[in-house]
Amino acid sequence: MTARLLIVGGGMAGTIVANGLARRLSHELRSGDVNVTVLGTSNDHMYQPGFLYVPFGRVRSQELKRQERSILDRRINFVIDPATHIDVDANRVVAQSGKSYGYDYLVIATGSRLVPEQIPGLTEGAYHCYDLEGARKLRGAIDAFEGGRIVINVNAPHKCPVAPLEITLMLDEHLRDRGLEGKFDITYTYPIGRLHSLEPVAEWAVPEFDRRGIKYQTFFNTKEVDVAKKVVHSEEGDSFEYDLLITIPPHRGAQVIEDSGLGAGGWIPTNPRTLLREGSDNVFVIGDTTNIPISKAGSTAHFQADTVVENLTMMVQEGRWSREYDGKVFCFIETGLSRGTYIWFNYKTPPRPTPPTQMVHWFKLAYNRMYWLSACGLL
Amino acid sequence: MSNRTTIDARNAFCPGPMMEMIAALKTIAVGDEIEVLSSDKGSANDIPAWTRKVGHQLVSSDDHGTHWSIVVRRMK
Repeated sequence: MTARLLIVGGGMAGTIVANGLARRLSHELRSGDVNVTVLGTSNDHMYQPGFLYVPFGRVRSQELKRQERSILDRRINFVIDPATHIDVDANRVVAQSGKSYGYDYLVIATGSRLVPEQIPGLTEGAYHCYDLEGARKLRGAIDAFEGGRIVINVNAPHKCPVAPLEITLMLDEHLRDRGLEGKFDITYTYPIGRLHSLEPVAEWAVPEFDRRGIKYQTFFNTKEVDVAKKVVHSEEGDSFEYDLLITIPPHRGAQVIEDSGLGAGGWIPTNPRTLLREGSDNVFVIGDTTNIPISKAGSTAHFQADTVVENLTMMVQEGRWSREYDGKVFCFIETGLSRGTYIWFNYKTPPRPTPPTQMVHWFKLAYNRMYWLSACGLL
Repeated sequence: MSNRTTIDARNAFCPGPMMEMIAALKTIAVGDEIEVLSSDKGSANDIPAWTRKVGHQLVSSDDHGTHWSIVVRRMK
């Protein structure tokens, strides 16, 4: 009997799982003992960390997009048919076409979505770089900027937790390079009582911000944006006037997760080590979709995908478990346009940022190209 | 009777207990509660102060030695 492996989501996590399974289960795929299907929403596969470079003209949009079908191993069934209901009791997924997809093992990798509309005025008043269209618009706004007050406004929850710091430092350097030093000021707002969730990163950021004259306001959870007056207000009672407002919009999980009753906010209760959905023994959840209290980042999705590939392979081939996810996360941090650093941590090891270097920046730029090898399951 | 959701953020480095709590408050109904388990002393201090400032209700904050248990009720 053929084992049916269904992956919902064709982003980084779903794609790495699919290609990893194709490599490890090649014999079973050839014999027909296994089939692997990816149920996606689009044939566009975006390299999302690359959006950060778009506002500064450092990357071409075409470099960030490939066709999902061209990345997936040819032995993977790829269907563009957005899932509309995931029924974990009946082991099936219903999609937009009305078709029902049964499975023996399910991997849910539906990701997260931007919901700026949750905050009045944010959609109309702010720019962002968390999708390609937003990043292009932000580039236009930065190109047109000739001086004034910039507010970089971070909201919770959001993916890629170091991106707010990166865009702040890169923007500061970019504007100085354009000869605007002394003609602009940047204020960075953050929801909790320090500049970043990670305490060592926050401690590193304070002198860096002070050295550059970047102002900051902690405990700032955005209440609303008065677009006409160009003022952003917080739940805590603080307000800032701006000429250019750049936001990190709040996120939610995919609509299908909420519609299927699988988790509040679109985040699925997930065991942090097995990555199994709480209450299921054949449903894995990875990437942004989990409710695990860990960074929603590409590297998280990647390391989780590797774990799921190992476990699914072992379960299919030997009927036993392989290994658990150790909570590993790795993030590059661009500290400007020519230097960078990185952090890594897991459930037991705290992060320790190292001094920024040009070498790490170059490695980050190299990884931006090498990403496609990761998606193909080769790196 | 309020519904209560528990977030076990002990030893969670990023995004950390307070950010998890702020995010979770956006997913529950007014009157429902979030319990955060935190081993981070900073969050144990910051969450009660922040809760009062923005108008939610601090239901309890208990020191269990190895971690804190903080319960917040969404009020608006």
